[in-house]
Amino acid sequence: MDPALRIALIKLAYLVSAVLFIGTFRLLARPRTAILGNLLGALGMVLAVGATLCHPDVQRYTWAGVGVAIGGGIGAALALRVPLTAMPQMVALLNGFGGAASLLVAAAELYQAMARGHAYRAWDQPVVAAAVSGMIGAVTFWGSLVAFLKLQEWLFRRPVHYQAQHVVNAVLGAIALVLAIWLASRPDALAAYWLLVLAASVLGVLLTIPIGGADMPVVICLLNSYSGLAAAGTGFVIDNNALIISGSLVGASGIILCQIMCKAMNRSLTNVLFGVFTAQLDEGLAERVYAGKVKGASAEEVALLFESAQNVVIVPGYGLAVAQAQHALHELANVLEARGIRVTYGIHPVAGRMPGHMNVLLAEANVPYEQMKEMDEINPYFPQTDVVLVIGANDVVNPLARTDPSSPIAGMPILNVDQARTVVVVKRSLSPGFAGIPNPLFAADNTLMFFGDGKQAVLELISAVKQL
Amino acid sequence: MVPSFVWCLLPACGEACLLAEQAAAAGHERLDALLTALTIFVLAMWVGFEVITKVPATLHTPLTSGSNAVSGITVVGALVAVGAVASTAATGLGFLATILATVNVVGGFLVTHRMLSMFRRKE
Repeated sequence: MDPALRIALIKLAYLVSAVLFIGTFRLLARPRTAILGNLLGALGMVLAVGATLCHPDVQRYTWAGVGVAIGGGIGAALALRVPLTAMPQMVALLNGFGGAASLLVAAAELYQAMARGHAYRAWDQPVVAAAVSGMIGAVTFWGSLVAFLKLQEWLFRRPVHYQAQHVVNAVLGAIALVLAIWLASRPDALAAYWLLVLAASVLGVLLTIPIGGADMPVVICLLNSYSGLAAAGTGFVIDNNALIISGSLVGASGIILCQIMCKAMNRSLTNVLFGVFTAQLDEGLAERVYAGKVKGASAEEVALLFESAQNVVIVPGYGLAVAQAQHALHELANVLEARGIRVTYGIHPVAGRMPGHMNVLLAEANVPYEQMKEMDEINPYFPQTDVVLVIGANDVVNPLARTDPSSPIAGMPILNVDQARTVVVVKRSLSPGFAGIPNPLFAADNTLMFFGDGKQAVLELISAVKQL
Repeated sequence: MVPSFVWCLLPACGEACLLAEQAAAAGHERLDALLTALTIFVLAMWVGFEVITKVPATLHTPLTSGSNAVSGITVVGALVAVGAVASTAATGLGFLATILATVNVVGGFLVTHRMLSMFRRKE
């Protein structure tokens, strides 16, 4: 076949893949169509890879085959073995791999141009794009690696702060910019590319180590976006629309999720990335809030409450997943429903450690998705709710966010569980959450504290309800 | 419903413009190529915003892992790099990139499928 025609057909195949990817995201709008969407995406990828292998430039298949086999094996092993609680780490790792792959492809194109004997001219699109892609790719890879280590709790478990870190970051950023300009004006200066990657790598590490565990959902989304933008940048390097379109879709997705997470925590992205969030522990305040007002309850008392209830809302937090109590919780919900009680779940956007994390953990425990309600959906419903069961959540149900303008969480959107008739809080102690502040909900007139370990407490509730 | 399908057609229009302009203006080739690529980038970003804001919070984790898989499209560039005969360095870099991008593609789509199949309706 005529090479020009063949290339045109390959580009047409890329267009079809791009449309399939858009369809993937479109079908993710509903749980019922989402599986099909994901399969369409996989089909689009197979098509793109197949078309690429027909490209006239591709003349050797051995190393490509070996690489695909190794990568596919690692990917499949990761995907099938990772526990769903560790999804944030998995996504962080994949973000990093995507960034690194884009960086390497951009580098390979620079080497190929040299070898082909016609190096690019200064400020040619591929060279400028390679600088951008190398920089974003390196920041993404190293930032993701640090995020992975933090989430896996292997390294940097506490935020790392040091003197003048903003100055150091600014200087590194400036160095990277100078190196990018050097590369763009001297396209044969491959050393400039690798120095640029080095500077961006250090920057990626330094930008991520000061960020605290509670802010990781935002960082994951941002790095997800960057991995997409790096791929789009590489699309500009090798002049490939499949990469540009897919990369910008992913870039958009990450940015949207990032905005949602920031809004849910009532913080700006700048504040998450560069602000120092210090929890101020005021022991006296906790004493004033809780003194003599906290009422404990036994499993039997809570079961009696359930008996007279018509509807129950369960508000799970990450503590639930830590205690591995999702399955027990679903069984409790089944026992309650068998008694004719309507059970729903109210899920705050930052209930898990990444966007939508809690929903996946509940889905794994067989909770039907119609029962999972978003914050905006469930909030108007609390005044008509008989019993709210809060388990493993704290800051996201703290009414101070609404009532105290001086509180560190002032203005943060919360689940208004305090408006329900009765609130039962399952918690080990009165210890504060990430924000480090006491929660007046625990001392409210309509709140009962059921002290205990999450899973054990739920099991006790199940047997108490069964004995009614 | 309808508008988002209309948005899906936009990158296709971008693609058509690319082919038409490449044929027409050989003189301004450099600038035209860049502008077309930029057009595609901006429109695809817009499509992304329109489509992805409709994904419900329940599916945000599969959305993230699914987009991981899609960003593995870099594998296309990696395969060209590793398969071309021009440069040994490029082959090495492409090989490494192929592994990393394939981890993304296979791992991303598989783990997304695994999660999505857990989402079920009430019996």
